[in-house]
Amino acid sequence: MTSPRMGFFTDTSVCIGCKACEVACKEWNAIPDDGQSLLGMSYDNTGGLGADTWRHVAFIEKPVTADGRTELRWLMSSDVCKHCTHAACLDVCPTGALVRTEFGTVVVQEDICNGCGYCVPACPYGVIDQRKDDGRVWKCTMCYDRQLGGQEPACAMACPTKSIQFGPLDELRERAAERVAEVPDARLYGADPDDGVGGAGAFFLLLDEPEVYGLPPDPVVTTRDLPRMWRHAAIAAAGVAVAVVGSFLGSRR
Amino acid sequence: MKSSRERAMVPPADFRSYYGRPVLKAPVWNAQEIGGYFFLGGLAGGSALLAAGADLTGRTGLRRATRLIAAGATGLSYAALIHDLGRPSRFIHMLRVIKPTSPMSVGTWLLSGFGSMIALTAAGEASAVVPPRLSRAAGLGAGLLAPALVTYTGVLIADTAVPVWHEAHREMPYIFGASALAAAGGLAAATSPTAEAAPARAIGVLGVVAEQAVEHTLRRRLGIVAEPLTQGRAGRFITAARWTSRAGAALLAASAVRRSRTLDVAGGLALAAGSLLMRLGYVHAGTASAQDPRYTVEPQRNNGLDVAAGGRGALGGVQAAQAGLDARGSDAAVRDHPRQAPDRVERAEDRDAVARHRAGQEHGAAQGRHQRPA
Repeated sequence: MTSPRMGFFTDTSVCIGCKACEVACKEWNAIPDDGQSLLGMSYDNTGGLGADTWRHVAFIEKPVTADGRTELRWLMSSDVCKHCTHAACLDVCPTGALVRTEFGTVVVQEDICNGCGYCVPACPYGVIDQRKDDGRVWKCTMCYDRQLGGQEPACAMACPTKSIQFGPLDELRERAAERVAEVPDARLYGADPDDGVGGAGAFFLLLDEPEVYGLPPDPVVTTRDLPRMWRHAAIAAAGVAVAVVGSFLGSRR
Repeated sequence: MKSSRERAMVPPADFRSYYGRPVLKAPVWNAQEIGGYFFLGGLAGGSALLAAGADLTGRTGLRRATRLIAAGATGLSYAALIHDLGRPSRFIHMLRVIKPTSPMSVGTWLLSGFGSMIALTAAGEASAVVPPRLSRAAGLGAGLLAPALVTYTGVLIADTAVPVWHEAHREMPYIFGASALAAAGGLAAATSPTAEAAPARAIGVLGVVAEQAVEHTLRRRLGIVAEPLTQGRAGRFITAARWTSRAGAALLAASAVRRSRTLDVAGGLALAAGSLLMRLGYVHAGTASAQDPRYTVEPQRNNGLDVAAGGRGALGGVQAAQAGLDARGSDAAVRDHPRQAPDRVERAEDRDAVARHRAGQEHGAAQGRHQRPA
């Protein structure tokens, strides 16, 4: 790799929920309209990441009681594909459409994907999804095209508070370690290279538990267990063969 | 509040989510097509094994029936597989790589090798165009690949983040392999001469016994993640599968004692139907478990708490120390009415909570928090 591994550090403590990232992402990547709906749960009417939403701003209205009064505390966070070190979508893709780029990111080659859909339930974060009318799967590319041109991704560029920071992953991790010490109740999510996905290329500073933001608390790449699965399949296959041989040997005409 | 103190002593089994929305994306596969594919692939592989055995032991009637079933099922399973692609015209892209990390890639290659051999065998059975020796060699070759063909599908669905499927990754290959034997043995018994059907009956009954034994241990091992296997549409399919298979096995066992064409046909068809229902049930259970955030969050959270108590350090994904346990205990005590229909009540609770928060009323439950029935 000629480039260092690039990543996103999303510092949700300074997110103001403006959704500029969602808009910039849709504009730059020419993502089709996926309809407008009012979800009636918060200021979030997008709902979650999907084939046509590669940045998603979550709004959590959290009641906080202080001095005998209960008020709402707003948590806002811009979610995105995690570009995992051990990416399940990439592992299970049977066509090789999903690849790791020179920037260490995970990208779908849209001319290769045949819409088998295997990556969709494989992703432990529920990020990648199939576009129904198109049949193929789509997700954040970390603006691969912009990176090739030396530009930062559209969402990071549009973010007015630097909640979304783009850069070499090593630098971002150092910056995040300093930041998390400054902010009360803060915790880093996806920054640990020893976690179940080997560390995320897009990690977060959160102010509450991950599941409150719709993130899995302790995701694990499913292919971690694949060698064990193949071993069980081999034993099961041997069992099937033995059962058939035994049935013929034990049966008289 | 006395009750809240008591609750705080024992950590409540609750979890939080983002407005009850799923964490995972449910499989986009068509349940009929993919469940049907698993069934047909199993039937094809099992039948090829029976055909090889029948060939080697000179049971020509059984051989003929199983070869034709295997070829037909292979063709249909190919059709289901291709039709379920988002871009069927790009099926050929499956064959541009061989990836052991992708069970679907491994399976496509297996099915392709198996399919070409079983087609040759069936052609030899149906006409004299294919020399008998070639037909036999191809049939034995297909029989060699068959055990892998009938078990890889268990790995295929287990190698996902879908809670029921992944947590069952130890058992899935055994369950699917056994189900394949049940379907193939059953249909072979139903379609071959009564005098030659003894091995088919044995294989069918063996398949049912093995499948149900492994399923039993699976459900005990999985705990709450096994719930989708017993509830809703998946639960109905799997319960129906269990009793259909049991009835079929009993009929075939009876026919083994006093040979009867009627018993063979009825029992054999029941076994095939049971296998199909079981596959569909597992597909639906996986979808249900992916759609409910509880089955994603709770097992991961419980692992984390165990680990925290054991001292490995922080949760895998979260580095900051978590004081969440205590907070959860006190928060959860506020709302304690048991849920009856988990999904619907859960969402209704969310809407209530939102409304109350907006109105600024007194409450203590965090939004998006759900409780399991005690």
